[in-house]
Amino acid sequence: MSDVLKSAAKLAEAVRSGETSAADALAASSSLIADRDDEIHAFLHLTTERAQAQAAAVDAKIAAGEDAGPLAGVPIALKDNMCTRGAPTTCSSKILDGWHPPYDATVVDRLEAAGAIVVGKTNLDEFAMGSSTENSAFGPTRNPLDTSRVPGGSSGGSAAAVAAGYVPLSLGSDTGGSIRQPAALCGVVGVKPTYGAVSRYGLIAFASSLDQIGPFAHTVEDAALCFDVVSGHDRLDATSIPEPLAPTLTNLHDGVDGMRIGIIDELMGDGIEPDVRRRTEQAAEALAAAGAIVDTVSVPATIYGLAAYYLIAPAEASSNLARYDGVRYGQRVDGANVATMNTNTRSAGFGDEVKRRIMLGTYALSSGYYDAYYGKAQRVRTLISNEFAAAYENFDLLLSPTSPSTAFELGAKSDPMSLYMCDVCTIPSNLAGHPAMSVPFGVGDDGLPVGVQVLAPMLQEPRMFRAAQVLENAAASGGAA
Amino acid sequence: MSDTTETKQVLPDGWEMVIGLEVHVELATKTKLFCGCANHFGDEPNTNICPTCLGLPGSLPVPNEQAIHFAMVLGRALGCSVEPGIFARKNYFYPDMPKDYQTTQYEEPTNEHGAITLPDGRVIAIERAHIEEDTGKSTHLGGGGRIHDATATLVDYNRAGVPLVEVVSGPEMRTADEARAYVAELRDILLATGVSDARMEEGSMRVDANVSVRPTGSDELRTRCEIKNINSLRSLGRAINYEARRHVDLWTNNDQPTQETRHWDEEGGRTTSGRSKEDAEDYRYFACPDLPPLVPTAETIADIDSSMPALPAARRAALAEAAGVAEADTLLAIERGLDGLACETIAAGGDATAVMKHVDQNLAEGQGKLTSASFAALVSMEADGALSSTQVKTVLAELVANGGDPAAIAASMGFEAMDTGELDGLLDQLIADNPDEWGRFLEGDNKVQGFFVGQIMKATQGKADGKVVNQLMRQRAQD
Amino acid sequence: MSGEISRDEVAHVASLARLSITDDELTTFTDQLCVVLETAAQLNALDLDDVEPMAQPYPLANVLRVDEIVPSLDRDEVLAQAPAAEDGRFRVPPALGEAP
Repeated sequence: MSDVLKSAAKLAEAVRSGETSAADALAASSSLIADRDDEIHAFLHLTTERAQAQAAAVDAKIAAGEDAGPLAGVPIALKDNMCTRGAPTTCSSKILDGWHPPYDATVVDRLEAAGAIVVGKTNLDEFAMGSSTENSAFGPTRNPLDTSRVPGGSSGGSAAAVAAGYVPLSLGSDTGGSIRQPAALCGVVGVKPTYGAVSRYGLIAFASSLDQIGPFAHTVEDAALCFDVVSGHDRLDATSIPEPLAPTLTNLHDGVDGMRIGIIDELMGDGIEPDVRRRTEQAAEALAAAGAIVDTVSVPATIYGLAAYYLIAPAEASSNLARYDGVRYGQRVDGANVATMNTNTRSAGFGDEVKRRIMLGTYALSSGYYDAYYGKAQRVRTLISNEFAAAYENFDLLLSPTSPSTAFELGAKSDPMSLYMCDVCTIPSNLAGHPAMSVPFGVGDDGLPVGVQVLAPMLQEPRMFRAAQVLENAAASGGAA
Repeated sequence: MSDTTETKQVLPDGWEMVIGLEVHVELATKTKLFCGCANHFGDEPNTNICPTCLGLPGSLPVPNEQAIHFAMVLGRALGCSVEPGIFARKNYFYPDMPKDYQTTQYEEPTNEHGAITLPDGRVIAIERAHIEEDTGKSTHLGGGGRIHDATATLVDYNRAGVPLVEVVSGPEMRTADEARAYVAELRDILLATGVSDARMEEGSMRVDANVSVRPTGSDELRTRCEIKNINSLRSLGRAINYEARRHVDLWTNNDQPTQETRHWDEEGGRTTSGRSKEDAEDYRYFACPDLPPLVPTAETIADIDSSMPALPAARRAALAEAAGVAEADTLLAIERGLDGLACETIAAGGDATAVMKHVDQNLAEGQGKLTSASFAALVSMEADGALSSTQVKTVLAELVANGGDPAAIAASMGFEAMDTGELDGLLDQLIADNPDEWGRFLEGDNKVQGFFVGQIMKATQGKADGKVVNQLMRQRAQD
Repeated sequence: MSGEISRDEVAHVASLARLSITDDELTTFTDQLCVVLETAAQLNALDLDDVEPMAQPYPLANVLRVDEIVPSLDRDEVLAQAPAAEDGRFRVPPALGEAP
């Protein structure tokens, strides 16, 4: 890994001080991608021209003595479900192959305004539906730490791009764990912010009431830096939180002394591999050693999260993905009339997992089944939310494993249900809309990284990042040995 | 309502119509419902489009404050309770709908339970008036524009996302005339509140009619058909009558109508089956997760109520009372926006009958520079016989155009009442010059009366009063 | 809900979603959806009568936009992305009938 690309905070400082340039940082990133990405396949497309122009603009600003921003010259990768004007945005689906959006997502505007350099678009499970990034129309991404393994998903490309050292930062999206689980499997930090903290404008919707954009980074500090840049109210997203958000960087190193932290009992059961459980317990011990008051807590409804999620997310997706009809953009497979054309286009353009979820969601919303499925799942959401609220009366943060296991081999989980189980620990936060993040904490029996999940109440990202920083420090000093 | 439908019996004895109307009203906002594109009719195709109204991947809706305000104003004008509203998605595929779902209000509409009072006093219930987005516009190529024979369809999304309120009546109308009166009343309410320009020809007000029939006096609701593509009040009446007759024919021939959407064919004067029924309708409604609820505060509703302009029903009642006429006789004055002027003129001492006559016969839309004071003065001059009716019309037109004092205008135009002696002399001369015509008048041919009046008007340059000439002629005939 | 979905129901749902699937796919999809719906059936164990449904995680209301025109997209840029365009408009095969 190129040293310059290890830390976004240090790189931006070096660029701002003139020690290095945005152009050099970009060149270093491009060279690493060129060397290794044929094998890893983190990227679907590189946005080289745009990146070079942006790097030149950043360097020009610095030469002119202007403030080039908190991410000055930092190369960043975007999951390919965020719109970039004039550059391909495919969601890893054939149906959007060749589409060049006529607009940028809000996060792209904010990153570039902060001086970041968007170097390319990363691979994902088609329309973010999956947990391994094997389910891409353009081929799987491999885990940079062991290329026989998956990087997790659905933001596997963004996780791998950071893990491979191509870029210090990337953005993913998390609907049921799609940032945290690949972060865990790739040994990087991954953050799912409070629902509404980061604008969804320009994020291609999977399940609108669950989707959130968040960062991947090598360090908690970089993740906090990036979160502070991309978060905040956006008038273009009616679900964006209007109140100002507290910065996470300011008190990042304040520690957890006196904080009450609860290990979620239901997420430490038999479904979780023993080595992963052991690391989670060690993480709790590290927090206690730093002054936190640690105990276990029961959040019984979390075990129903998976069932509720696999009704709500497909239901919303079935509606969100109706627009891929071959009329206005993307691929078309012609037909004698418009209905046949729609059907031909969608049947050829979507992969099996997307079709499965569209059918499941259509069923869950259909006449006669709505109350039994979608309606009931929405009530479970309230139940989970209420139970979290009750737990947070006694605890400041909660703790659990991020993923039941470390990275598995490509092709190991071929039936849909076994893949769905990957998200059992991460889904509850999406249903409640709460923030949660995964921090690397040692390795499993197979030598592959384990991620520990820190969960926080709505809008309590600053507190969450502080605990994550404590875990990062503890892991670095041998606490996860 | 100025145009009336046939008065002859539409259905055979023993049958009555059951009509409910769904009226889509485009709101008069600057921009669309969920994005900042212009809400403007008639622009070049696909020039008012953005990621949101084009349904591009990643785009999101944000509701237009003014559209929501207009919708609530309309709701209150219709006597609805304005409730918390939730936008839902109605899922179905159609190329003019960019997201392949329509964002509309379903279980929780902004406005519910109102009513429209027709000029004849009948009250028609409004079930709901909900907010939704419009679709784009399809043009069918080939097949003479007929949808079934088209070779391709071209889509323009300028209209996609334009804010609509759909006003849904109860199935409470019994004749086509009543349906027309309802639509006319709704249009007047829209114009009075400024919520919509309500132009049926431009499609800013679109009426779908749900029609069924039943034995007179029964309270059953039989299978209905929804008729679309009705572009004028006249078409509305024709389409309803056609459809109701079709239903009676089916029922009386041991058959029955199929519940379906039908298309009004203006040229053919008939309805045709609009859509194949292969797709069972299952719209899979659910609350749109991109849009937080609309929760009107008591304060918002109070503000709307306190700034509500006078509505047609109240204006009719006020004018009817002031003028001492039936409400049905105030319609033209309301339509022309002259009811306020009429009430004030009557209050200023103008004779009610004369005021109403001028409003209905001699004035057009808008009062121009005519004031109630000058109008009242003019009406008094007319009553005193100081001006002929032709002269009154001329002065009235001048008052509308430039304002002023009617007496001064009359004087400057040289209008003074002619004395009867002068007219007598003119009439004698005319009778002498035209003995044949006078003979025919004496035999009772009233058509020649106009000839004599015309000649005298010509001779006096319009100063003579036609009524006086008529009187003089009749006197002479009796002598 | 029992976790059962029939082949006919899957076929119907596919047609509502404008997806055509082969007989073999129908068998596979039906089996897979049954498994997911069996998991969903776990929710039957919960007493949810007094629990309100949750549509959105963060409670907001009356999020509105000022009625001001924002420049539209360039038509040529947009139509260049369309599979077929003609005369400033998007071209599609003929519609079978009217919109509902």
